[in-house]
Amino acid sequence: MLLLDTFVLALKNIWSNKMRTILTMLGIIIGVTAVIVIVGLGNGMTESVRQSFSAMGINSMSVSIWGRKSSRNATVDYMYGLVEDNPQYLRDISPYIQLTGGHTVKEGRDTYRYTSVYGVNEDYTAMANYTIADGRGLQYMDIKENKYVCVIGDYLAREAYNGNAIGEDIKVGPYRFEIVGVLAAKGSDPELQEGGEDDRIYIPYTVAMKINQTNTVDTYTVIMANENVANQAKATIEEALFAIYQDEDTYYVYSMSELLEQMNQTISMVVMVLTLIAGISLLVGGIGIMNIMLVSVSERTREIGIRKAMGARERTILFQFVVEAGTTSALGGVLGILLGYALSAAATAMVPILMPGESVAISPGTNAVLVSFGISVGIGVVFGYLPARRAARLNPIEALRYE
Amino acid sequence: MSALIEFNEVCKYYHMGDTVVKALDHVTMRIESGEFVAIVGQSGSGKSTCMNIIGCLDVPTAGVYRLNGRDVGRMRRNELAAIRNEMLGFVFQQYNLLPKLNLMGNVEVPLIYARVPRSQRRARARAVLEQVGLGDKLRSKPNQLSGGQQQRVSIARALVRNPPLILADEPTGALDTHTGREVLGMLQELNRQGHTVILITHDNTIAMQAPRIIRLEDGRIVYDGDARSPEAFVASPLFEAQMEELQKMRAKEGGAG
Repeated sequence: MLLLDTFVLALKNIWSNKMRTILTMLGIIIGVTAVIVIVGLGNGMTESVRQSFSAMGINSMSVSIWGRKSSRNATVDYMYGLVEDNPQYLRDISPYIQLTGGHTVKEGRDTYRYTSVYGVNEDYTAMANYTIADGRGLQYMDIKENKYVCVIGDYLAREAYNGNAIGEDIKVGPYRFEIVGVLAAKGSDPELQEGGEDDRIYIPYTVAMKINQTNTVDTYTVIMANENVANQAKATIEEALFAIYQDEDTYYVYSMSELLEQMNQTISMVVMVLTLIAGISLLVGGIGIMNIMLVSVSERTREIGIRKAMGARERTILFQFVVEAGTTSALGGVLGILLGYALSAAATAMVPILMPGESVAISPGTNAVLVSFGISVGIGVVFGYLPARRAARLNPIEALRYE
Repeated sequence: MSALIEFNEVCKYYHMGDTVVKALDHVTMRIESGEFVAIVGQSGSGKSTCMNIIGCLDVPTAGVYRLNGRDVGRMRRNELAAIRNEMLGFVFQQYNLLPKLNLMGNVEVPLIYARVPRSQRRARARAVLEQVGLGDKLRSKPNQLSGGQQQRVSIARALVRNPPLILADEPTGALDTHTGREVLGMLQELNRQGHTVILITHDNTIAMQAPRIIRLEDGRIVYDGDARSPEAFVASPLFEAQMEELQKMRAKEGGAG
């Protein structure tokens, strides 16, 4: 029989049983809606994690070196040389020394307890995607000559100096630093800057070493050539450090993209588990379709008998019922997709209201739509098959006699 | 040339638990193309089984049934479906129209299975509905029609593929005498137009409308011949014996009650 005729017939039968069809589709509708929303939520979370990581610099790695007493050390020059020799994997490097000893940052009488202080080189601010808002950045001479100068983040500049920080002094523990530059804000929300990337003081790493009373640099930030060589970049550094220490436990290289990947994997896992749970609803929906189709087949036994007497082949009858089941569940799928999108849009609008400062764009994307549509058609066909086969195999004589 | 219908020692047995019911027991007959035959018998005589086999809804347990020279017993279910579509038009006692479809839709059904394109289907369905006098009711649903009209729809449906054989199973059974006579008249007209018509009935007065009568009893042919012969309606000794027994039983029940 022509596909179109079968399809029209299926729609007619579905239409003549509207209430029943809607109840039958309910399982599919709920299942598809849940899948759409969950996938959308997963996409939204992945995207928001990606955004916060790329703000931190997805290309960056952090290198920690514990070293071994009484042995040769990886010097700053050795590390610089490593980067210079491997431009295909590594682009930039800077020491990244946090001041130890709990020095508090003070301006006048005010204490800034959340402000952190790092010793870095002249490249660091550019590496970390800062831009200079005012004054200048750290320079090679500052580092070479151990100058007590610093650049400060936007938060400090506004809170402590009302925006006029250049040339002023800031106290870090007992030490005084001259502010030579102010960095532009990174975080968009001024309320959330405290303790964050805009609440920093960057000083020459040589000065930091002196304050920490050490003669080695134990942490570096390294920028890889691009995201795609993350593994090679990491391996290059690890090999170089192994060459010196002969012990894998004396250093650790940690890349942001690795962390991002881990986060994404976790999110994917959660989404997959939730989708599977939603999938159970699809399964239940499928069983509902099978049940109703079985009822429909026995209700229409006589019709099947008549059609067979008129020359319908088994395959034609089978096809008719499978198309009917498939159409029912496909309709359910479409309704579920629409409902899922509506809920996603509503949830996207609700997130900033419920959690101020957070925004997650819940967007299921075309893939989820296509897949869930395909799955709902598939469920109809699979679960419609058994009833359809029963219809197709009916004995025409008995079917004609059926009351 | 071979006959349109040829039964050669056709048997149909049903197993009911341990007992075997012989619905057709070595039936041999020929029906030529263009004939009008009534197959008559009481219920249980095997006439329904006979119709199912002639109508390719069922196949013989033993023996050979040839329709238009082709051995139906050896056909697969798909071939049987194709043969029903092409060779046969059914007219049933209960009309067996599809209640959800309008008259056009009902009459189109056999054409859909013959894969006739839509526009041709429409034209053909309209033509046969006009032929049976229902050209003004194409969009009506079967339940809006009287019994006689519904039977005319079913005749139109039987005709729509222009099959050589029309198989009418108690076509007047659900109709009053007057409408029944009309329907019979239509079947006779179809026969004049060249269709072979087989009428299955338990009613002698209906059967008499056919020139040839085949009478079945207990799965066997007890008479095959001219409807005008008095023998056609004289029951066989077997039947007489059964009737006697039945009357005895009734008398007993009456006595007890």
